[in-house]
Amino acid sequence: MEAVLKLENVVKRYSNHLAVDQVSFDVPPATLFGLLGPNGAGKTSLIRIVTAITRADAGHVYLNGKKLDGRHPQAIGYMPEERGLYKRMKVGDHLIYLARLRGLDKAFAREQIDYWLEKFEITDWWSKKVEELSKGMQQKIQFIATVMHKPKLLILDEPFSGLDPINTNLIKDEIHNLRNQGTSIIFSTHRMEQVEAICEEIVLINQGKNILQGKVTDIKNTFKKNQFEVNFTGTLPSDFTQQYSVISQSDSVVTIQLPQDADGMDVLRYLVHHQVHIRSFKEILPSLNDIFIRQVGESNTALPESF
Amino acid sequence: MIQFTKLSLIIRREYLSRVTRKSFILATLLTPLAFALLFVIVCLIFQYQGDKSMKIAILDEGNMLNGAFKDDQNLYFKFETGSLEELIDQLPETDYNALVYLPTIEDLYSKRLTAYYYSDDQPSPDLEIKLRERIGQAVRDYKIDALQLERRQLEALETRIEVEPEPLTDKGEDATRFTSAVAASLGMGMGFIMYLTVFIYGVMVMRSVMEEKTNRIVEVMISSVRPFELMLGKIIGVGGVGLTQVAIWAILIPLIGGLAQLIFGIDANSPMLDTQASTFNPDDTQAMISLALTEIASINWWTVLPLFILYFLGGFFIYSALFAAVGSAMGDDTGEGQSLTIPITIPVILALYIMIAVIQSPNSNLAIWSSIFPLFSPIVMPARLAFGPPTWEIIVSLLVMLATAVFLVWLSGRIYRVGILMYGKKVKLKDIGKWLFFKD
Repeated sequence: MEAVLKLENVVKRYSNHLAVDQVSFDVPPATLFGLLGPNGAGKTSLIRIVTAITRADAGHVYLNGKKLDGRHPQAIGYMPEERGLYKRMKVGDHLIYLARLRGLDKAFAREQIDYWLEKFEITDWWSKKVEELSKGMQQKIQFIATVMHKPKLLILDEPFSGLDPINTNLIKDEIHNLRNQGTSIIFSTHRMEQVEAICEEIVLINQGKNILQGKVTDIKNTFKKNQFEVNFTGTLPSDFTQQYSVISQSDSVVTIQLPQDADGMDVLRYLVHHQVHIRSFKEILPSLNDIFIRQVGESNTALPESF
Repeated sequence: MIQFTKLSLIIRREYLSRVTRKSFILATLLTPLAFALLFVIVCLIFQYQGDKSMKIAILDEGNMLNGAFKDDQNLYFKFETGSLEELIDQLPETDYNALVYLPTIEDLYSKRLTAYYYSDDQPSPDLEIKLRERIGQAVRDYKIDALQLERRQLEALETRIEVEPEPLTDKGEDATRFTSAVAASLGMGMGFIMYLTVFIYGVMVMRSVMEEKTNRIVEVMISSVRPFELMLGKIIGVGGVGLTQVAIWAILIPLIGGLAQLIFGIDANSPMLDTQASTFNPDDTQAMISLALTEIASINWWTVLPLFILYFLGGFFIYSALFAAVGSAMGDDTGEGQSLTIPITIPVILALYIMIAVIQSPNSNLAIWSSIFPLFSPIVMPARLAFGPPTWEIIVSLLVMLATAVFLVWLSGRIYRVGILMYGKKVKLKDIGKWLFFKD
């Protein structure tokens, strides 16, 4: 299927540094996509190019196969990290205003807003002033403002900051719903545990460059070290420690390192053969956090300081 | 390209969110009342006579004052006889505050006469003026009688001269002697209103830009509209608010003024106004007011008012665009950015002073050049409108102002689009200069 968003060698230069340096990647349809990178890596610059807030100096951006022109694309919903609302406006009026600025007509906007307010069980907020709402409540309104025009591509910059666990789950569920309806969602964040839990694909940006991209499972497989963790009851065979190099061991859990070409299945067979009672057996995959830190560290030493 | 549906949505919000605010309604209705109140208070202050009553003994050696001196508010006179030394000695024991000694006039042709004021306190300026006036009038009457002069002949010597301007051609408007006085006060009023409104609404635009930036709404907004549309919509919306407010004031102020006059009209014979009334002939005052009114009516309001609105819009666009640019550059901390507004406030204040100077000589070179220079013209030219400046000057000044307004809105747009997305950085004037050349 055709990519919802396609970036080709995008470059953005500010007066004294290169913010985005030849970045290319594709966002497939109906995908939860993580845009990762340390602070100042160029994530926001990249997002501003995609949302047509700024223009790329070089390269191309395609949205649903069409080249991005100067206009703000209707097909995108963008929730910036720095977000706010007009404090003195009423919630309903505010949402209508933002919807109409996105080109929705009044009746349709009203319909959509009612749908979302009902969904979040906050219909009585319509005539409340924004300043009467707590920060978390305002976040919900901002989320509605981002999705009410049914965009094909959602860009959420640190979407869960300031939300309590209940509301975080509420928004997460909605994000999954939208994805199942065919929307692609780009997360921009440096909270790795969230990316790990949500994203299917990622791209990692550092110092304006794309240093890693692909499906999360593929990336984890690429970076795995062939380590296994066994949870058992009883005792291990006496020659276990001679057979395998043990990283750590406790009464019921042992972690082992296999050589590059060895197969984990052999270990399992060996243990079953020696009648060890196994509760669980799993391969240890590196966390995205580890990969992130390692890759960023490597690219920083590989690249000379550019500014 | 500007998308006009979006622009009109922004204008609508900016306008409606302001005019429906309670503070706006209160300010619009109460400001004229406050001005009326201020006017009344100022009048009362000027009429304040001093609350201490004075008793003054007078020793009139030559009996020139005829023994009759009318008492005034808080001021009582008593004529004494006897020797000056005795009276001075007795003074501390009596309840008199002062003794005025008027020696006999030796030479009727002398133009100078000294009255001596004996007291522990200095005479107040007000008291001194009253004494001089009363003694002067009495001595004059005394001299007329003593020199056996004819009073009517003397009065005939005092001729009041009036300069009446007449046009050379029939075409020119027939001005009266009141034209320039009325034009000057009207011009002053218009210039001052321009100065105030440019400041008030310019700062309103700046505040609102800063608020959007610190609220972080701006980044949400510019993901659907261009920064320039947002800025322009804000300027036009706030400009509409300004026009609305000025229009309401233009109706309310004469109304309240009329009411105040009604109230004051009843009061006209009160003793407070007595001193003023005595210097003017009441018929004269009446005539002056009616002349001034015909003069005001004779001004071509169908030209002056639309021009005034044009200059209001021009001045407002020029300055509010600059204020918007500065607002976008300011950070969360309002204090740090204050210095950035100085380059804008200086021309506004200069324009006010030039306007005051121009009222005195509305056809001077200063007047002509400053009403063409676009940073001054919105304040200076409205002040000159009542004097009927040449048409070509108005056209040139309008064209230059329009071109400048368009240019400055464009220029500010370039600063604004960068400024609103800058957080947590202290911005200097030099940085703003750089932003102009940033690519989109």
